[in-house]
Amino acid sequence: MPPAGPRSGDAIFASVERVNAELFTLTYGATVRQLLTDLEEVEEVNKQLDQMGYNIGIRLIDEFLAKSNISRCVDFKETADVIAKVGLKMFLGVNATVTNWDAEGTCCSIVLEDNPLVDFVELPDTCQGLHYCNILSGVIRGALEMVSMKTEVTWLRDMLRGDDSFELQVKLLKQVPEEYPYKDDE
Amino acid sequence: MGREVSESCIDSLLTEMVSTYCHRFYANKPELAARRIEAIGYQVGHQLSERYTMERPRFTDHLEAIKFICKDFWSELFKKQIDNLKTNHRGTFVLQDNRFRWLTRMSVDPQSESQDNFADGENKAAQATSMHLYFPCGIIRGALSNLGIPCAVSADISNLPACSFVVRIKA
Repeated sequence: MPPAGPRSGDAIFASVERVNAELFTLTYGATVRQLLTDLEEVEEVNKQLDQMGYNIGIRLIDEFLAKSNISRCVDFKETADVIAKVGLKMFLGVNATVTNWDAEGTCCSIVLEDNPLVDFVELPDTCQGLHYCNILSGVIRGALEMVSMKTEVTWLRDMLRGDDSFELQVKLLKQVPEEYPYKDDE
Repeated sequence: MGREVSESCIDSLLTEMVSTYCHRFYANKPELAARRIEAIGYQVGHQLSERYTMERPRFTDHLEAIKFICKDFWSELFKKQIDNLKTNHRGTFVLQDNRFRWLTRMSVDPQSESQDNFADGENKAAQATSMHLYFPCGIIRGALSNLGIPCAVSADISNLPACSFVVRIKA
């Protein structure tokens, strides 16, 4: 029997059903391309991708909590670490790091050097304003909202725009008071 | 072995993509939603078949190309082959997957379902399922089109969880 404590992202990724990443990457790419054709405005595509991510995030949080065995984080710092080390790893199979904390501990950056969403992707000049990976920021925002954290998630660096990595800024706006049915007396 | 992601990634993406087109963009025009979902599948199939046939000699006839879809192509996508292939030898092929992955894992979102016009629940579920199937139909059509075979593809789910894809090659 495995211990009942939190599990590492690697261990979870090794144990879940996995699929060929090409299928995922190309499906995402084809979806973005279709949205660009249908919506025409790049800004509108950014918005829709974020909305799609949000809808995914609010559902995916349950699977995340169930598989990771993580009950609650003591502060936002731990939350950010868990997203980077466990969340991104168990779903996308990639490692991320957390940096650039502000003094209050409410704003940080999650940095990805590797991102399966963008394999084989090159943006044409007509898509300059496109935040291609906006679905990912939406997922994080949606998932955090389900655990009572209102956040703002923005892309600071993007390899598709020539940066050396992907940097997602996660800013905690409001922590909604939690009303759990159980006592928090550990 | 190539890169992998958790199956939840593709499941979530497909569910959300279908729901975006069916409920947010074309809530009252299912035929338009269907066409877009099929088009996305077509692009994916076209690109995947390009990648998977790069180091292969050209297929000499339709049957050979269809067999490639049933075996190698399906295995890359679903880690299993098509279970049964039938043909009338006049350009129609029926590819049956006895336990089609995307149907066994599909969940219908009851909240968004209530928005459409269909009166009875069974009808709604059938409608939602068929919307999801436009994507794999598009994948097969795209893959075959990349191999130089123009065709129409439809799905038959009268024997769930089995799913049959009917490929009609255009003369």
